[in-house]
Amino acid sequence: MTLSVTLTVNGVRRDVTLEDPRVTLLDLLRERLDLVGTKKGCDRGQCGACTVLVDGRRINSCLALAASLDGADVMTIEGLAKGDALDPVQAAFIAHDGFQCGFCTPGQIMSAVGLINEAEAGDDPERIREGMSGNLCRCGAHAGIVEAVLEAQKKLEQRRVA
Amino acid sequence: MNLFDYFRPSSTAEAVAAASEPGAAYLAAGTNLLDLMKTGAKRPGRLVDITRLPGLDRIEQMPDGAIRIGAMVRNADLARDKDFAAAYPAVAEALLSGASAQLRNAATVGGNLMQHTRCAYFQDPASACNRRAPGTGCDAIGGENRTHAVLGWSDACIATHPSDFSVPLVALDAMVEIEGLDGPREVALDDFHRLPGETPERETVLAPGELVTALRLPAESRAFSANQRYLKLRERTSFAFALVSAMAALDIEDGTIRAARLALGGVAAKPWRARAAEALLVGQSPGIAIFEEAARAALADAMPSGQNAFKIELARRTASRVLLLAAAGAPERMPALPASTFGTTPGALSYV
Repeated sequence: MTLSVTLTVNGVRRDVTLEDPRVTLLDLLRERLDLVGTKKGCDRGQCGACTVLVDGRRINSCLALAASLDGADVMTIEGLAKGDALDPVQAAFIAHDGFQCGFCTPGQIMSAVGLINEAEAGDDPERIREGMSGNLCRCGAHAGIVEAVLEAQKKLEQRRVA
Repeated sequence: MNLFDYFRPSSTAEAVAAASEPGAAYLAAGTNLLDLMKTGAKRPGRLVDITRLPGLDRIEQMPDGAIRIGAMVRNADLARDKDFAAAYPAVAEALLSGASAQLRNAATVGGNLMQHTRCAYFQDPASACNRRAPGTGCDAIGGENRTHAVLGWSDACIATHPSDFSVPLVALDAMVEIEGLDGPREVALDDFHRLPGETPERETVLAPGELVTALRLPAESRAFSANQRYLKLRERTSFAFALVSAMAALDIEDGTIRAARLALGGVAAKPWRARAAEALLVGQSPGIAIFEEAARAALADAMPSGQNAFKIELARRTASRVLLLAAAGAPERMPALPASTFGTTPGALSYV
């Protein structure tokens, strides 16, 4: 069966024809749209490396059937920076050594963007750790990640107030 | 993953007709189903996508005081609904203690009830599993079974139901609204999941094609808003299934318990309502002695199904602890670590 899927990915409309309904959003992004920033780690919803925003909410793209998301607005790590200007979350991950090998980083950053949008954690590191528990880092950069999220959140708040 | 037909119905009637065909399965968020399809534990020939069905994504206040939660409401949205969380703080806490933020943003209320056991042998098509492949046996019996059932299990299956959300719901007398080929019906959540017996493959009372459309919490369940908690013991503090969990709700007036609810999670193939324990609490003053007695009553019929005798004592302690927490009152704000015994907030109500 052939399925037509239309997504808005990083602000651009993308029409994709699927010959096979088994395609996840993760595989569509990587294999069909060549957006390989989103990573495939466990492919089972356990590691968070595939985290993207769908209609503004962070989800695991490995457990989302692409056909089911027809019409959705998707944001991936590739859509975060404005030209050469990094997003404050990206800049904070660099400033606070929020990664080592970098494989989990796109998922960590998209998850952090989602967490900041949810606006529930405040400046409590415990709430940020809990809110980021769906993203594993085998290099153990979690301490830097929490610091990065706290700083990025503060910068974004200052930007809103200014 | 096996090849399947993908179908997106435009009405509930169309969905039910399509899903009544042999081999069909409903697809909501897919957070459990796609995972099982990837391992080959589930091989549906047709997926009926119910995410766009009209009217299933609402949280409604009913005229009789009940609250109705559409089956497609996302777990995170229900937990974040301020009115809902104020009336049912332990339900919100149970939701937030489950999975990760990403999964809660996708997973649905109906899917939460319909999710399958996390028994490793169920998920592995190379293992014998009566639940997945009737008649093949049970590799969990005599295998790695320290997380398995201590109540209601049979010689055919010792799996547990993994849901956190269902535990407070069953305690609060939730009803499940169902649509099928023969029209709508409803069943109490307590009667929705089946104990394994000789037919563990029949996990719920749903007939082929029947669709969960909503959950309803009756008006009387609001009496417990002030004194309810959910407590979950797990092998890491976040993003883990319960070894044992419990929800307690008390209706206390002038220092006397007028009504009590207690349910356990992670101990059986269904959320486990402890009615004998509830009966003991009525008319009593809240206190550790009566709570421990109630906890003993709740586990009176428990039997280890393998290397899991420790879960019986753990469940007893969890039950008496959650009763203490409920008596102390629902917290003003959601704890940083929902349903956890750990926390760094000074003076947090987690510490009783």
